[in-house]
Amino acid sequence: MRVMLGIAAALVAGFAVSNGPAWAADEIKIGEINSYSRLPAFTHPYRKGWQLALEEINAKGGVDGKKLVVISKDDAGKPAEAVTAANELVESDGVVMLMGTFFSHIGLAVSDYAKQKKIFFLAAEPLTDALVWAEGHRYTFRLRPSNTMQASMLAEEAAKLPAKRWAAVAPNYEYGQSAVAAFKQAIAKKRPDIEWVSEQWPPLGKIDAGAIVQALAAAKPEAILNVTFGPDLVKFVREGTTRGLFKDRSVVSFLTGEPEYLDPLKGEAPVGWIVTGYPWYAIETADHDAFLKAYQAKFNDYPRLGSVVGYVTMHAAAAILEKAKSTDTDKLIAAARGLKLDTPFGPIVFREVDHQSTLGAYVGKVAVKDGKGIMVDIKYRDGADYLPSDEEVKKLRPQE
Amino acid sequence: MTALLEVESIAKSYGGVAAVRGVSFTVDAGEIVALIGPNGAGKSTCFNMIMGQVSTDDGTIRILGHTTNGMPPRAVWRLGVGRTFQITATFPSMTVAENVQVALLSHQGLLSTFYRYAGSIARDEAERLLDLLGLKAQASRACGELAYGDLKRLELAVALANDPKLLLLDEPTAGMAPRERAALMRLTTQIARDKNIGVFFTEHDMDVVFEHADRVMVLDRGFLIASGSPQEVRADPKVRATYLGEGFDDGAGAGGGGNEAHRS
Amino acid sequence: MEFFVVQFLTGLASASSLFLAASGLSIIFGVTRILNFAHGAFYMLGAYLAVTLTGQWSGPLGFWGAILVAALAVAVFGVITEILLLRRIYHVPELFQLLGTFGLTLILQDVVVLIWGPEDLIGPRAPGLEGAVEILGQSVPTYDLFLIVCGPVVLAALWLLFHRTRWGVLVRAATQDRDMVAALGVNQKWLFTSVFALGVFLAGLGGALQLPRDSANHMMDLSIIVEVFVVVVIGGLGSVPGAFLAAVIVSELNAFGILVLPKISIVIVFLVMAAVLVVRPWGLLGRQEGAPRQAPGATIHPWRPLRPPQQIAVAGMLVLAACLPFFAGNYALNVATEILIFVLFAQSLQLMMTVGGLVSFGHAAYFGLGAYGVALAARSLDLPMMPAVFAGPLLALLGAFVFGWFTVRLVGVYFAMLTLAFAQIVWSIAFQWVEVTGGDNGILGVWPASAVGGATRFYWLTFVVAVAGVICLRILTFSPFGYALRAVRDSQLRAEAIGIDRLRVQWTAFMIAGTFAGTAGALFAYLKGSVFPDYLAIPYSVDALVMVLLGGIETVSGAVVGAVVYKALAIWLVSQTEFSKLILGAVIVGLVVLAPEGIVGYLSKLARRIKWPLASKRDPERPAGSSEKIMRPDKEKESAVGFALKPSPAGAGSGGVEAGSQENSPPRMTKAEP
Repeated sequence: MRVMLGIAAALVAGFAVSNGPAWAADEIKIGEINSYSRLPAFTHPYRKGWQLALEEINAKGGVDGKKLVVISKDDAGKPAEAVTAANELVESDGVVMLMGTFFSHIGLAVSDYAKQKKIFFLAAEPLTDALVWAEGHRYTFRLRPSNTMQASMLAEEAAKLPAKRWAAVAPNYEYGQSAVAAFKQAIAKKRPDIEWVSEQWPPLGKIDAGAIVQALAAAKPEAILNVTFGPDLVKFVREGTTRGLFKDRSVVSFLTGEPEYLDPLKGEAPVGWIVTGYPWYAIETADHDAFLKAYQAKFNDYPRLGSVVGYVTMHAAAAILEKAKSTDTDKLIAAARGLKLDTPFGPIVFREVDHQSTLGAYVGKVAVKDGKGIMVDIKYRDGADYLPSDEEVKKLRPQE
Repeated sequence: MTALLEVESIAKSYGGVAAVRGVSFTVDAGEIVALIGPNGAGKSTCFNMIMGQVSTDDGTIRILGHTTNGMPPRAVWRLGVGRTFQITATFPSMTVAENVQVALLSHQGLLSTFYRYAGSIARDEAERLLDLLGLKAQASRACGELAYGDLKRLELAVALANDPKLLLLDEPTAGMAPRERAALMRLTTQIARDKNIGVFFTEHDMDVVFEHADRVMVLDRGFLIASGSPQEVRADPKVRATYLGEGFDDGAGAGGGGNEAHRS
Repeated sequence: MEFFVVQFLTGLASASSLFLAASGLSIIFGVTRILNFAHGAFYMLGAYLAVTLTGQWSGPLGFWGAILVAALAVAVFGVITEILLLRRIYHVPELFQLLGTFGLTLILQDVVVLIWGPEDLIGPRAPGLEGAVEILGQSVPTYDLFLIVCGPVVLAALWLLFHRTRWGVLVRAATQDRDMVAALGVNQKWLFTSVFALGVFLAGLGGALQLPRDSANHMMDLSIIVEVFVVVVIGGLGSVPGAFLAAVIVSELNAFGILVLPKISIVIVFLVMAAVLVVRPWGLLGRQEGAPRQAPGATIHPWRPLRPPQQIAVAGMLVLAACLPFFAGNYALNVATEILIFVLFAQSLQLMMTVGGLVSFGHAAYFGLGAYGVALAARSLDLPMMPAVFAGPLLALLGAFVFGWFTVRLVGVYFAMLTLAFAQIVWSIAFQWVEVTGGDNGILGVWPASAVGGATRFYWLTFVVAVAGVICLRILTFSPFGYALRAVRDSQLRAEAIGIDRLRVQWTAFMIAGTFAGTAGALFAYLKGSVFPDYLAIPYSVDALVMVLLGGIETVSGAVVGAVVYKALAIWLVSQTEFSKLILGAVIVGLVVLAPEGIVGYLSKLARRIKWPLASKRDPERPAGSSEKIMRPDKEKESAVGFALKPSPAGAGSGGVEAGSQENSPPRMTKAEP
């Protein structure tokens, strides 16, 4: 007992000593959190993205003459760890703002922490609508197009299909559930004649693909909405292809066109699926070209969607600091509201009403070329066109 | 006055094989009764049925007038029955004294107390019991360190903790040296006589049985084949037949050894 | 009708792949009694190696060769693991092997990413089995048919191996009575190694055979391990046909269950397990286990409450800890608060594990219920912190009241697995019931009232609660109730024979432990400001388990040290490196091998060693180390057998007594000589 308390005291002392932040006046520190160890396939390209942007920013003299420094933390895929990391960044490292996160629930945990601690949080990747609407508040901004935005983009394409009988398959958690709900709502506005004949909810990461495919086929849908991704998607695509589920059926699928999800499928990518994603090989704008060249030069690798998100998040953070001319949280919020920014996808703006950026996504069809899945017939969908009006948002979002 | 223990034609079979068939007997207060029989005769089953570890297929068991069929062992214990096991069952993580204290606490209904330090409750009583059995010097030792003979004595001390009216001793001296056996049984007999406790025991050592039992019963393949004073049983031809070839004769000392070896 | 036939076939294919993964686990447990947590990692390794090898070798021969070589390579790796790691820890209580293999799993998770990269890897389809065949007008993948055949073939092969070879007969004998096999002069060491190799080979094969259906990814180990454990337990530990039967039942129930309730998959295996264990406590085809080799926590060094000098030392430490806010910053205080919360959580598990001998794999359920209790009271009922904070422990108590009633009826691994099943069921309710719990998006905005808000005040609140909690649990350990709990753990037979009602005592302990865990969970909710289904999930249960084992399972409050060390290390590692799992895993494996008695256990062993030369004069039989505790579990049995075999010639005098005590304690005699 004596010894154990000795150890406790030593550990506590160790933390106490390491506590004092080293602070240099010519630096601005930004805290960054993401699920690096849990989801390396997504977060490592993201990290490369913000690292590239950081290099660019500091090469141009930083922000307001001060060097921008990012302190990056892993959250191990757990919201509680993310809050600990956020706390360390804010309390111990003295960062002026937080950015990052991938999982929706982790984004929400950090966002809630930001609200409590009154610190600026720029969420990069979480998709949940709750982040800016139901649980939205003045301290949190979000870059990536939300669940509802992606659902609306896909529903627009889906409405053009003749199919009336629809089935859905989605991972059984909040993301899957709200994606399906948003899609249903969006498509119902354009096509009231659509009926939903089957829904399958496999647990995330544990899809029993054969049984699911059979169950879907039994309902004889004319089109299928897919929200599964990652290892589940691979299993679903393989079983569905072998069992002929996708033959003569349209499939509309969330995120499948993102290289993170499409590339592992290689030559087995499901041809003809209507997807949202990031066709880096087919975007022909000057901004994207510059980004692509710089990225490939620095990392000798092609960018994933995460790379773009990381890159834009970092630039957005710098732009906010630049515009605020201060590191004061209230000034940062004021600067971020309505902030305009050029990105590899085109100009975006952080909406004043809900702090959502208007970054869009590419919609297209999956094809296979040289044994690799690609997107063809791509169209960029500007996020601004898929966001609800200010009046609607005011109903969705708690007012300050 | 009713008998302390009344067993009426109890029976038990395992998967069609009858272990005990219609056995009846009684044990009175202050009486010391031995149950003997060759291996597999059903002695342990009898014991376990009386204590409630094993259910009876048929028959009744009454202890102090209460029918105990179907009662769990802990309820039988509450009626005032203490028992020891063929293979000692003690609490190795506790000291010798604590082993007895737990039994005393249970007897006093204190085991649902959540805050007092148990090590100091009923310590004196525990030491008195340990003293009685010659274990006082070992009181603070870990029970797991005791020699086997001492464990047997500790079990007896634990069995005495609830002021039992009836003691069930399953081979109380097994594994002890002959001299120790005699000493332990003398002690047991003396305690039983002093406190007017009925003792029902089974034993392989015929020396022990014939020297200490008031009455001996012989079980063979589930049947009670003889019952009476040690002299009567020793002279019984059926008993002699059962033990034929196992050195069951008047030189019982060697017989005990023979049985012991046979048991393996 | 056609549809149902095909759906049934699909279920069979899933059953086969589940069985392939589970059979090895069952065999390994049956013989070596090792709960091999790394089984999923071996499965994953099989898949990754198969991806690499099928990429190198083409054609049907290349493909099947690659599958086989991958499985063999995993088996070789398994043998190395067995020789280097497990052989050193066979003699320690079963849980340490679980802990050691858990550490190995953590290491492998990071190693796989380092070697194969973070992205999912897709392998080729099986040559010749790419397509589908028409059955009753429905397409069934040829590979599914292959799997449907594969499962029974492996089952039959294992049956032949176990019934028609000398090796198999020995393995079966060892499954039933290990001591007997040792007595036959069989080299148990190599028997265990070969069994482990076979089990790991099957794991590797199971993983490799998934390749044509699945991708190789670094999370497949965790997604399979719990499921195969459940299947093995449903079937009955050590029973290979049982595992097959269980796999079929689970897979078919899932295949047809989703037609009625599409969301059932997430919880079906746990529902099946809970139902089976409640009705058949030893699984479908399992046999009733004898008493466990050693009840966890059983020590032969009786516990003592702290003596006055120790009390003073502890009080000094506590005063020091209470003064932390005067010299630590907010972050350090928050970390210290989190550590204190886990101290309470781990200590509550220690009451169950060490004092009660009840190993729970689902203790996070009560921690999480505590968190949800306050979150729901605070957010849904809009209660202020003062009454809301009590909702946590209350909800946890309620959960423990219900689940405890069922679980204490079971023993050993089955008890552990039923606690896990209930925890998973609670988790899936929190995860799915979006309207009430917010699903995985959780409940936000659970911040403490301003009176105890802020790092310093909340630290003090937590300090008071955690210290009081640990003291309560210690008092309980030494109270008459604590003795009753230990009595039941040490010897059920004896406890029952002195009037102790095992179920009532263990159920009470379960509820007490649950309530304290719930208290910790309630504080955790206020510390983090939000509550997620995570808090109910397996990683938190495992954390608590690791903390107790790390501190020392035979100690009263080792969990306190275990929690401080483990949590501090984990927080620090996550903050400093992305390879926290690799390092944490290595630390755990190291500790298991070097100090299986845990940190506190190791220190008290040292303390006993130092006192030993003095004690030896007075008491020549005093044990010198903890190695004799390791022999202890079989002692009763050994001695019983020993006595039965020992001829006791009449008139041998006191020599018999000495012989007896020797038989009784062989390790003691050898250990007494330095």
